[in-house]
Amino acid sequence: MEATKLKSGSRLERLLARGEFVLTGELGPPRSVELEIIDKKVAHLKGYVDAANVTDNQTAIVRISSIAVSKMLLDRGLEPVAQITCRDRNRIAIQSDVLGAYALGLRNILCLTGDHQTFGDHPTARHVFDLDSIQLIKVLKDMRDEKRFAGGEEIRNGKKGPLVAPQIFLGAAANPFADPFEFRIIRLAKKVKAGADFIQTQIVYDMDRFEGWLKQARDMGLTEKIKILAGITPLKSVPMAKYMKNKVAGVSIPDALIDRLAKAEKASDEGIKIAVEQIQHLRQLDGIAGIHLMAIEWEHRVPEIVEKAGLLPRPVVEA
Amino acid sequence: MITAEQKPLEEIQQMLAGVDKLLILGCGTCVTVCLAGGEKEVATLADLLRLKGSIDQITEATIERQCDQEFFEEVTRKIEDADAVLSLACGAGVQLLARIFPEKCVYPGVNTRFIGLVEEQGKWLESCLACGDCKLGKFGGVCPIARCSKSLLNGPCGGSIDGKCEVDPETIDCAWQLIYDRLAKLGQLENLTEIEEPNDFSTAHDGRPRRLDRADMHL
Repeated sequence: MEATKLKSGSRLERLLARGEFVLTGELGPPRSVELEIIDKKVAHLKGYVDAANVTDNQTAIVRISSIAVSKMLLDRGLEPVAQITCRDRNRIAIQSDVLGAYALGLRNILCLTGDHQTFGDHPTARHVFDLDSIQLIKVLKDMRDEKRFAGGEEIRNGKKGPLVAPQIFLGAAANPFADPFEFRIIRLAKKVKAGADFIQTQIVYDMDRFEGWLKQARDMGLTEKIKILAGITPLKSVPMAKYMKNKVAGVSIPDALIDRLAKAEKASDEGIKIAVEQIQHLRQLDGIAGIHLMAIEWEHRVPEIVEKAGLLPRPVVEA
Repeated sequence: MITAEQKPLEEIQQMLAGVDKLLILGCGTCVTVCLAGGEKEVATLADLLRLKGSIDQITEATIERQCDQEFFEEVTRKIEDADAVLSLACGAGVQLLARIFPEKCVYPGVNTRFIGLVEEQGKWLESCLACGDCKLGKFGGVCPIARCSKSLLNGPCGGSIDGKCEVDPETIDCAWQLIYDRLAKLGQLENLTEIEEPNDFSTAHDGRPRRLDRADMHL
C-alpha cells in the first residue's frame, strides 16, 4: 500500500511518510581525488543519520561532483541527498544530470540557488543562474509528475518509447534569518507550491526568530504540506561562532550563545551540549519533522551528538 | 545611458606601439556624459600621449555620435590621414568605425561597461541588461535581472541582509529588498506570490546576436 503513494521510494521519503523524526547529515566532497576522506566521513555518519546531503561545489569552490560522491555513498550504504545548484549549469545540463543521477540510483535531490562565484576559488568564472531554486524545484517536479522536460517535450525515447521519468524526492532550503523577513514565508510558500517535498532550513541559533517563522508556516498551513527539517551546526569555538555571526550572511547567532561558549571550560564540548539542547527543543515544536545536522568538517562528532540527543538507534527501513 | 571608462594609459600605449600618426576620436553622446570619451577626455589623453612622446603626430576630433554613420563624414579626411584611430566611443561606435573604414586600424580607448544611471557625482549603477523582455511593471520598477547578483526571479536568496547583498554589502543593495519595499508601498505584494516560470532567454543575447527589424520603417 505504502509504495503506491510514495514519489521516489527513497529511505528518507519512507521515514518521513511513516512519521519518524528524521535526521539528515551533510558531507562535503573533497577538493582532490583523495577518496579515503569520503570513506572516513561515511564511517562517521552511517547508522547515525538517515541520509546525508552531498554538497555541490559549496561556496563556489571546486570539489568532486555531488552526483559522483552521492553514488559513492549509495555504494557504501549511506543514503545520499544530492545537492544541485543553479550557479554552474543551465536547464539542459541540470535535467541531464538529474536523469544521470536517477540512472545511478539516486532518489533524493536538494534544489539550491547556489553561492555566488565571487566567494569561491574561481571568482572570474561566468555564472549561469538560468533557473533559480524555485524554478528548479518546479522543473524537477514536472519531470517526475508530468513526465515532461522543461522545454515541454515528454520524457520518452522517440515517439513510441514508453514514458519513463525519474522519480525523485525533492528537497529545498529555507532561510528564516535572512531579509526581508516578511518575504521569507512567501518564499517558503512558493517552494511548497513549486513542489518541494521537504525543507532543510538554514542553521538555527536564534530560536525566537525561528519559532516566529515556524508559527507563520503553521498559520499558513504550510507545515501540513511539507516536511521541515531544522538546520543545526554545532559551534566548535568562539572564533568559529564569531566568524559565522559576522561573515556568513543569513546566519544569526545570539550573543548569549557566544558568551556561553566563552565561559565554558572547553568550548567545543559546550558547543556540542548546545547543539544537543537545540535538537531536543526543536523536536518538541509542532511542524518540525526532523533535524538537518551539518557538522562542518566535524563529522566525527556526529555520533556523539546524535547519541546525546537521544536519537539512537536510527529507524530501519525494509528494502 | 551606456557607461564606459577609459582604459589604463599603459594598455593604450601598448596597443598603439608602432603607430606614427594617430587620430583620437571622441564621441559626443553617452561617453561624453559619463566623462570617459568626449572632447575633454580626447584632449587630455592626447596631451598625455604627446608627453610620452612615442607617437609622432596626434590629431584630435570628436563627432556627435559614433554609432551613427552620417556623423563620420566630417572626419573622413582626418581618419584617412592617420595610421590608426583610437576611438573613445562605446563598443558599438568602435565597430561602426571599423566597418566604415575597413582599411584602417582602429583601437578602443575605453572599456564599455553597462547601461546604467548616475547614482551620485562620479558613481554609476548598472540598471538594465537589455534582456529584450521588460518585466519592470511586475517588479515595481526595479529590475531583478540587472540588479540581483544572481538575476533571481522568485525572490531573494539567503544572502540578503539589512537591505544589502552578501556579494558586497558595502556597494550592492539587495534588489529584492528594493522590490519588496516598493511593491509594499504600491500595495502590489501579491505580484510576488506567483511563481515566475523559467525565463525565456531567447530575447537576450543567449538567443543569438540580436537584430531589430522594423518593417514599418523600411524604405
